[in-house]
Amino acid sequence: MSLEKITTVAGRGVHVPGNDIDTDRIIPARFMKCVTFDGLGEFLFHDVRKSPEGADQPHPLNDPRFQGATILLSGANFGCGSSREHAPQAIQKHGFRAVVAESFAEIFFGNCIALGIPCLGVGRDDIRKIAAAVESRPDVEITIDIAKGEIRFAGQTVKATLRESAREALVGGRWDAIGDLLEGVGDVKRVAARLPYLAV
Amino acid sequence: MSKSLFQKVWEAHTVRTLPGGQTQLLIGTHLIHEVTSPQAFGMLRDLGLKVLMPHRTFATVDHIVPTDQVSEPYADPLADAMIKELRRNCQESGITFFDRATGRQGIVHIVGPEQGITQPGTTIACGDSHTSTHGAFGAIAFGIGTTQIRDVLATQSMAIGRLKVRRINLTGRLQPGVYAKDVILHLIRKLGVNGGTGYAYEYGGEVFERFSMEERMTVCNMSIEGGARAGYVNPDATTFAYLKGRPYAPAGAAWEAAVARWGAFASDPGCVYDDVVDFRGEDIPPTVTWGINPGQGVAINETIPDPAKATAADEKASIEEALAYMKLTPGAPIKGTRIDVAFLGSCTNGRLSDFQEVAKYLKGRRVAPGVKAIAVPGSQGVGVLCASLGIDRVFRDAGFEWRDAGCSMCLAMNPDKLVGDQLCASSSNRNFKGRQGSPTGRTLLMSPLMVAAAAVAGQVADAREVFGLRSPG
Ligand code: SF4
Repeated sequence: MSLEKITTVAGRGVHVPGNDIDTDRIIPARFMKCVTFDGLGEFLFHDVRKSPEGADQPHPLNDPRFQGATILLSGANFGCGSSREHAPQAIQKHGFRAVVAESFAEIFFGNCIALGIPCLGVGRDDIRKIAAAVESRPDVEITIDIAKGEIRFAGQTVKATLRESAREALVGGRWDAIGDLLEGVGDVKRVAARLPYLAV
Repeated sequence: MSKSLFQKVWEAHTVRTLPGGQTQLLIGTHLIHEVTSPQAFGMLRDLGLKVLMPHRTFATVDHIVPTDQVSEPYADPLADAMIKELRRNCQESGITFFDRATGRQGIVHIVGPEQGITQPGTTIACGDSHTSTHGAFGAIAFGIGTTQIRDVLATQSMAIGRLKVRRINLTGRLQPGVYAKDVILHLIRKLGVNGGTGYAYEYGGEVFERFSMEERMTVCNMSIEGGARAGYVNPDATTFAYLKGRPYAPAGAAWEAAVARWGAFASDPGCVYDDVVDFRGEDIPPTVTWGINPGQGVAINETIPDPAKATAADEKASIEEALAYMKLTPGAPIKGTRIDVAFLGSCTNGRLSDFQEVAKYLKGRRVAPGVKAIAVPGSQGVGVLCASLGIDRVFRDAGFEWRDAGCSMCLAMNPDKLVGDQLCASSSNRNFKGRQGSPTGRTLLMSPLMVAAAAVAGQVADAREVFGLRSPG
């Protein structure tokens, strides 16, 4: 299976501030009643973007200045809570191609990488710098250099961290593990045969 | 060399190192439910792949299934479609499906142990973050996303990086009126909602040794709320006694061999952990959350935090955000907070012992006027046992609605939802914004007995006082 090698992502950003933004907030459970992921993008951050009556609320994603952003900026422990892949799917289907945050919850991070969405960790002060640049000039281009582990914007460069295995997976076009896993199926069966509880 | 259970299970299930550096880990047992699996079967079809070991995947319905309607079609056409989709997928692939007609349906994390599918020394994956529950048996159990469900269906394995292990020792004894739920709420409060990132938690010490399997499950269930990818307790006589005679547990001559094997997976004395933390059982109070993540809790006798007293800017901001959402008063006692709804159920606290313990005290008491109280057994099996013991009657007589098995108001993908900004005393595991179905609904997490106390008092209350438990000191 050949996958896109994701070495850089460039685009405009939007800052959704806050720590511990959980997957229930990213996509509320009631939108998970679906048998495909199509159409989830529309409901990204739904309950903080809409009033109970359905009217738009002040939220960065509703701000016309940030329409078309492809890089999502946020705080610490982003994506905590439920393992629902609906969250990264909604982010991707909304048009985002990368997430930059102070830190990520583990399952969310893994789910993102498996979809080819790089999740870069950046220090708090650096997030603030990028957010400030985006705030003052929404059309500023942000370049995420995955291979080098840095983010460039408005003439500045900040360091970004990414777990080595995730970096290799993205850059090497192996972020969807299925190809590698299928190659190992013979070994899976061998290991399974040694484990009594797996006997048919 | 002495090894931890995690190490032993990991090594026994390691298939190979993947080119990217992660491990291809054999997943012995795969559990699926109606919400996160249909897309995975769709992906399999798109790739032209088949389920590799259908006999190692088990399915049930829990998230969407209504708890007040038994016959299909269900009132919600989307829910109905998703459940039919799961049934079809299972039939086509030859997967065992604990459908409602089998009498074995329930929340996936209750059904696995109940059926004896969850066993020590195994690896388990399920498209649900609370899969950590199964660690109570000395299994290494991971919550996974839908793409990984596809991976497990197609290859009975998944790609994952090795975790570190933190040993959490809980010595001494718990005080009367303090339960497993208080233990985990306290641990998360102290270690933080992301304190467990990169770790599997190994829970041990006298408190865990004395705990029943159901209590162990309650703690392991919420490991994920502390950021840990998995949590487990070493298997012992309590584990084996629980499993004996269960439908999928080994029987006859195979039983003794299995027990010997299982016991050998327990962490060796003197094995080295990446981190060790110690807690004393006596120090743990009945704990209630006041905020919007499970780490934002206080002891029942404490006050709601005041952002003005926060020392760090971060802490101040998160308290302010939480209180603005929760509409609670900084500095006020948590005790006395009026509630609208009481929910007893979920994969954290929807087991027989939870209802049994509450029923002991609820007998002859009434839910306060104006409070909607619902009790939802976590599985059909739990429901049947409660009925045979007359527990459902106690709840009904007290004014609780008694429902059929499902996740119900834990996440409200079914008809059970909060309305407006109702405040719910809940035995579930998450108090995130909007978690219980209303975008402005509010959740206070606590133990089952504290939920019952709140239901009876109409406000957050100390169960020890409401029910006259011997209060220490
Ligand atoms: S009871 Fe709640 S936490 Fe448990 S599986 Fe169901 S929805 Fe998830």
